[in-house]
Amino acid sequence: MQDLDPILQARDLSVYYDTKKVVTDVNLDVARNRITSIIGPSGSGKSTLLRCFNRMNDLIPSARVEGQVLFDGLDLYGHNVDPTEIRYLIGMVFQRPNPFPKSIYDNVAFGPRINGFKGDIDELVERSLRRAALWDEVKDRLKTSGLSLSGGQQQRLCIARALAVEPSVILMDEPCSALDPIATLAIEELMHELSEDYSIIIVTHNMQQAARVSHYTAFLMVEEARVGFMVEFGESRKIFTNPEDERTEAYITGRFG
Amino acid sequence: MLPERVIAIFLFLCSFLSILITIGIVAVLLFEAISFFGEVSFLEFITGTRWTPLFSSKQFGVLALVAGTTLTAVLAMAVALPLGLLSAIYLSEYAPRKVRSTVKPTLEILAGIPTVVYGYFALLFVTPLLRGISEDIAVFNALSAAVVMGVMILPMVSSLSEDAMRAVPRTLREGAYALGSTKMEVSIFVVVPAALSGIASAFILAVSRAIGETMIVTIAAGQNPRFTLNPFVPIETMTAYIVQVSQGDTPAGSIEFKTIFAVALLLFVITLAMNLLSQYVVGRFREEYD
Repeated sequence: MQDLDPILQARDLSVYYDTKKVVTDVNLDVARNRITSIIGPSGSGKSTLLRCFNRMNDLIPSARVEGQVLFDGLDLYGHNVDPTEIRYLIGMVFQRPNPFPKSIYDNVAFGPRINGFKGDIDELVERSLRRAALWDEVKDRLKTSGLSLSGGQQQRLCIARALAVEPSVILMDEPCSALDPIATLAIEELMHELSEDYSIIIVTHNMQQAARVSHYTAFLMVEEARVGFMVEFGESRKIFTNPEDERTEAYITGRFG
Repeated sequence: MLPERVIAIFLFLCSFLSILITIGIVAVLLFEAISFFGEVSFLEFITGTRWTPLFSSKQFGVLALVAGTTLTAVLAMAVALPLGLLSAIYLSEYAPRKVRSTVKPTLEILAGIPTVVYGYFALLFVTPLLRGISEDIAVFNALSAAVVMGVMILPMVSSLSEDAMRAVPRTLREGAYALGSTKMEVSIFVVVPAALSGIASAFILAVSRAIGETMIVTIAAGQNPRFTLNPFVPIETMTAYIVQVSQGDTPAGSIEFKTIFAVALLLFVITLAMNLLSQYVVGRFREEYD
């Protein structure tokens, strides 16, 4: 654990909806160019925590965040930080594929265009689609709607769309929950490849998936107070074979959740 | 099971009644219009630019009325479309829930104001304002009527467009935000395109409304059929002409009387075409987002 090179660090991070605390005092280091998974039962605040890393919680008027998230040392919740610029650096892939009702090409080109990309956009679209392992399947129909693709392809399109703005971190919120096992496998292989160049955080319900793909795992849970908190964080190998906390062991062996 | 059958037949008759009435209206229009076209050539009607059936030297160029209708409708849309779309974007994307829940019903109240009130508002308030800007503007003019008509249509455009935008799934907005979009970029590049079919049909509905609107133009735009696009002079729309004749002492069965059926039939065809266009547009540009 000592050699963990953090790109993102949550420090005493708590999230409130109105006055209700939903996640409390999370301290978590996210390793650079590694995959970190966040697991835990429903309601433990996994997605809420994930959305702190690109300030998506800002879109919910009642949400309030306390504590710090350091991105290479910069506090994302600092005073003069523009959330739209953060989201340019920290991309996100959602639970259900959500391509825009536009062509495949325009889906990928969307982010670069709004961010004032000046270079060769054709080349960028191709590179992003290749990186998302989708190019060969769509290269002949870039002008057709992104919604004409299968669910797994749509999700890879969404990954390509996120890659096109060249972020350094990709947040994935249960990216395979709406996909079949074969499409899931394709996404997992893709994540593995992407982790060479990107830092990835994935929220997942699927513990086998977390064990398969991630280098590090954070386990969140929730008790009677209905406030999510982090129980344990460590290398996935250790979390899934020899956890320190007995609640983690109970969860990964399927005794609750 | 007799009662159920009776109920079914009764309900069928109810729905059939409105269809019957529609057929009846069209039949009357057609019947009288055919009789009109027995006396006046259709070509003269549809291509002539002078409309003087109430004078001794009768001319039946309906384009003078069509020009009046087109002018007021286009100007009204020039007011209603941009304002309606922008207020829809505000209500759907920007307004806090409290503001929306106050503003939207308030806007919709505008739709409940009787059009005769709008008509007098145009004539007695807007026209003097316009004439304060320029003396060249006549007391009865297309501009004043059209601007007020635009205000009248505005809530419909805004409300229907807003419904279409609100129906765009939140996940699409999130997808755009996650790429570093600002709220304006999300609104313009994601929400409006995804809601385009709904917005387009709201626009077309508004155009039909503007074409069919009667009271405001009758009161404020004048009764001078004129083949012009000058908004500062008195004109007459198709609807205002129908009012003028049906209110006057034109004897039934005379050629003057029959003109209103010909004009009404044309009006009916135009609005029908707009509605068909609306359905085509909705089908053609429908962007399924789920």
